[in-house]
Amino acid sequence: MIIVQNLNKSFDGRQVLCDINVEFLNGQTNLIIGQSGSGKTVLMNNIVGLLQPEAGHILYDGRDITVMSKKERTLLRREMGMLFQGSALFDSMTVLDNVMFPLDMFSTMNYKERKKRAQFCLDRVNMLEAQDKFPNELSGGMQKRTAIARAIAMEPHYLFCDEPNSGLDPKTSIVIDKLISDITHENNITTVVNTHDMNSVIGIGENILFIDNGRKAWQGSNKDVLTSDNKQLNDFIFASEFSKQLRQDIIANMQ
Amino acid sequence: MIRKRLQTLGEYLILMGRTFQRPERMRMFFKKYYQEVMNLGINSIGIVLLISLFIGAVICIQIKLNIQSIWMPTWTSGYTTREIMLLEFSSAIMCLILAGKVGSNIASEIGTMRITQQIDALEIMGVNSASHIILPKIAALVSFVPILVTFSVAAGIAGAYCTAYFAHIITPTDLTLGLQHSFTPWFFWMGVIKSLFFAFIIASVSSYYGYNVKGGSIEVGKASTTAVVSCSILILFSDIFLTQLLST
Ligand SMILES: Nc1ncnc2c1ncn2[C@@H]1O[C@H](COP(=O)(O)OP(=O)(O)O)[C@@H](O)[C@H]1O
Ligand SMILES: [Mg+2]
Repeated sequence: MIIVQNLNKSFDGRQVLCDINVEFLNGQTNLIIGQSGSGKTVLMNNIVGLLQPEAGHILYDGRDITVMSKKERTLLRREMGMLFQGSALFDSMTVLDNVMFPLDMFSTMNYKERKKRAQFCLDRVNMLEAQDKFPNELSGGMQKRTAIARAIAMEPHYLFCDEPNSGLDPKTSIVIDKLISDITHENNITTVVNTHDMNSVIGIGENILFIDNGRKAWQGSNKDVLTSDNKQLNDFIFASEFSKQLRQDIIANMQ
Repeated sequence: MIRKRLQTLGEYLILMGRTFQRPERMRMFFKKYYQEVMNLGINSIGIVLLISLFIGAVICIQIKLNIQSIWMPTWTSGYTTREIMLLEFSSAIMCLILAGKVGSNIASEIGTMRITQQIDALEIMGVNSASHIILPKIAALVSFVPILVTFSVAAGIAGAYCTAYFAHIITPTDLTLGLQHSFTPWFFWMGVIKSLFFAFIIASVSSYYGYNVKGGSIEVGKASTTAVVSCSILILFSDIFLTQLLST
């Protein structure tokens, strides 16, 4: 479980995150949703420690990353996996070497075991056939899947995904979403996903944090989303006329 | 202006502090070191040989045709060619050329890793990204540069012999006489020692500019230009100090 307490962050005097309080639960896909520019990436980077908050605490199962020494933080990071918006694969390495990299760096396994583990992860995301390709030979969806394999290679306790399906077609997006959600449940990981994709919200959102302009505006599950009467949330999720109509039909059906 | 310079210096020193730390896995370090020797060192041999060959030949021709006159000893051309190559060209000028080739390569590679979040990915895994990326580059260039200096001197002398054997501007005997005239081995070592410092400047300064890129591809391009300019200026300045220091 990750607990965020009173998190504040500003850039050059402009407040980007304001007093965020939230809990991300174990074994669930926790979503952070909000418009482009609302501060999702900044929030996630604060949580993982790539940015330093001005105020607030972030507790990883009781361990506060904001007051840790560099060494403790490095150790904690070995329990994290992260999927970046642009995949961030090492482009000088093959797919297999990318997935093996964290194992090469930190595990005590021998070469054969490391390769086996990497191939297991690649198989899990259906990328085993492409193991000898280089990242620039892959499609966007394949890059994302490789990045997922790399993120789970060290069996992390915490998984972070920044816009995992930006730039992907709807069908591929759903595949990626399902992978993230399944892996979370299989391994009992605390997963945090940034997204502005409505399909993901309805599809995999078990615990959803909605931020609007750097403030927490709503929290609930994907079932609550449909029936919530929070105006900002509805304006964001049901932005088009078509989806507004859809929402009304759903609510009418329920009654 | 001065504050900004000092800030840059401070950031550079902090980055070097993070860079010079024991690698997590020696095996990974040597793997990267080997790749960098190939990429930064072996790949530079061609250009070093080519330029040194021509400069050696041209110096020899210039001295023989335009400076040497009948009342100068016959060994003047060979002697001067050797000393110019040993004292300045093969160390300082060659490193200026390397700054252009290797420096821009390092800055743009690390800059691209920064903007595509590969450096963030390393940090999230708990890897010291500075040490992981930069240390093998510095080690590779510093350890390989003496070989480049040696190749450069050899190519320069080969160039001089080309003018003797193919262009018949100078007789080979005169040239050999000049090349062997009062040879001081220390001059060669001086070039090697200077080049070690220059190699360190090239690798570390360009890494600094690449590592601190913020933004997109335009900033990567700017960083690589800044890296080459800064490296060149630093090499020229440190050349003066090193030469004085090593000559006394
Ligand atoms: N490094 C930075 N320096 C200054 N402003 C930033 C920085 N990173 C993000 N911001 C600003 O913070 C706000 C939130 O950005 P971000 O978290 O990337 O939004 P998103 O929700 O689309 O991920 C934006 O207005 C952006 O301009
Ligand atoms: Mg974002």
